Amino acid sequence: MHTVERVPGEELAPGTVTAERREPGPDAPLIGVLALQGDVLEHLRMLAEAGARAVPVKRAAELAGLDGLVIPGGESTTIGRLADLYGLLDPIRARIGDGLPVFGTCAGAILLASSALSADGTPSAQPLLGVMDTVVRRNAFGRQVDSAELDVGVEGLEGGPVRVAFIRAPWIESAGPGVEVLATVATPAGDKIVVARQGRLLASAFHPELTGDARLHRLFVDLARRSRQDREPN
Amino acid sequence: MTETSTPQAQRGTDRVKRGLADMLKGGVIMDVVDAEQAKIAEASGAVAVMALERVPADIRRDGGVARMSDPGMIERIMGAVSIPVMAKARIGHFVEAQVLQALGVDYVDESEVLTPADEAHHIDKHAFTVPFVCGATNLGEALRRLGEGAAMIRSKGEAGTGDVVQATRHMRAIVGAIRRLTTLDETELYAEAKELRAPVDLVREVAATGKLPVVLFTAGGIATPADAALMMQLGADGVFVGSGIFKSGDPERRARAIVEATTYFTDADVIARVSRNLGEPMVGISGDSLATGDRLEHRGW
Repeated sequence: MHTVERVPGEELAPGTVTAERREPGPDAPLIGVLALQGDVLEHLRMLAEAGARAVPVKRAAELAGLDGLVIPGGESTTIGRLADLYGLLDPIRARIGDGLPVFGTCAGAILLASSALSADGTPSAQPLLGVMDTVVRRNAFGRQVDSAELDVGVEGLEGGPVRVAFIRAPWIESAGPGVEVLATVATPAGDKIVVARQGRLLASAFHPELTGDARLHRLFVDLARRSRQDREPN
Repeated sequence: MTETSTPQAQRGTDRVKRGLADMLKGGVIMDVVDAEQAKIAEASGAVAVMALERVPADIRRDGGVARMSDPGMIERIMGAVSIPVMAKARIGHFVEAQVLQALGVDYVDESEVLTPADEAHHIDKHAFTVPFVCGATNLGEALRRLGEGAAMIRSKGEAGTGDVVQATRHMRAIVGAIRRLTTLDETELYAEAKELRAPVDLVREVAATGKLPVVLFTAGGIATPADAALMMQLGADGVFVGSGIFKSGDPERRARAIVEATTYFTDADVIARVSRNLGEPMVGISGDSLATGDRLEHRGW
């Protein structure tokens, strides 16, 4: 039987990928991208550029052997609902409990949070992983007409501010004491957290995967590489 | 020390407009006519809703002139859900599009489902901050819309029929033409651009990359989970479902089923499971039985 597997957004004609693909070696960390919905392809490409082997993940069994997981941008209600329905939430939480590094961008940052607020500040009832000590306010920067590209300085990232896209973006409303704030953005409502890290969990309110700067992905691939080495001491 | 950025924000760039469509990939966008349907769509896993007064099947039945929906109704839907809300403007009706932008809708669909307002010109979509999605039946049409500034393309299909054959035809036409372009040499691309009646720069870009520079969804006649998965396997990045959900016997269940089939589009076991006992699909009319004048696919050029 002939089925056509493709990641939405991929080329429709074979053999026309313009960007040269580097083949990472077998020792490169293996990073999954949760592929239920959203901009999975952009993350797969950025991870490959940052030196990882990157694979889409749609089922709990595919979490085995991963050195890291990316939860992409998309609609957090859609991704959360499908992750719940297909039994992915608990296995992901269990892997995180064992030290799996996870990077969530936009919708991914919402899914990592312990609770989510709607844009107006009222609680948003939706399935979450609830693994980061953060409260995230959805669409906090506004609707699509307020979506924007901007340069954001991220602590620990060399080479100056990173160009990123905020698309109907959330911000991190508050973060617990165990959470390191790596970047904030000045807004009319005050400085708001847009990048945060808690141990091996990394969350960004924006999309570094859309603008071609792979530095945040490299930071994450390094986290995954170190976690792999911790698990497999020579 | 934490770095605080004082943003020099650039709104309405191509990247930002196309970026929202990128976030919708692998998802289902559902037509809704009121806040209650919008909530059902959101709870079923829709990535966005299309707010309109009548679904295409009713527009087809009622006849008359179909226009942009009442702003009050669009605002009620925007207030009811957290997912993006799209709304339709008539082809060429740039003031309807200005109104929709002022309302803050997240995407404008310059749609053949409404009665065209201009017989020669589509909207200059570069002039807007809000992004546009446009329908296309073939590659040339898709590239002309991109030239005008569309940030997302959907194949047209034949809206309001529940008959998937036109959607298949249009997806195959677009994808087939893209594949063909990638086999041409540089010299041949000029003649091909003329044939396609499309900007040569876009033709060259598609030939080099093997894809449109924007997200390609499908629309028009998708009524079952298997229809949605068929479109995904044919190369769609996501699915619009219009009349197919709320004109069926059990909208909530069908909506959930189509969402799952769109994510797991190569898994026949999933598609079989979600298709079981779904209730009556929308009644449907054969697209080919329609008189030429009743075919929405021929609106726009």
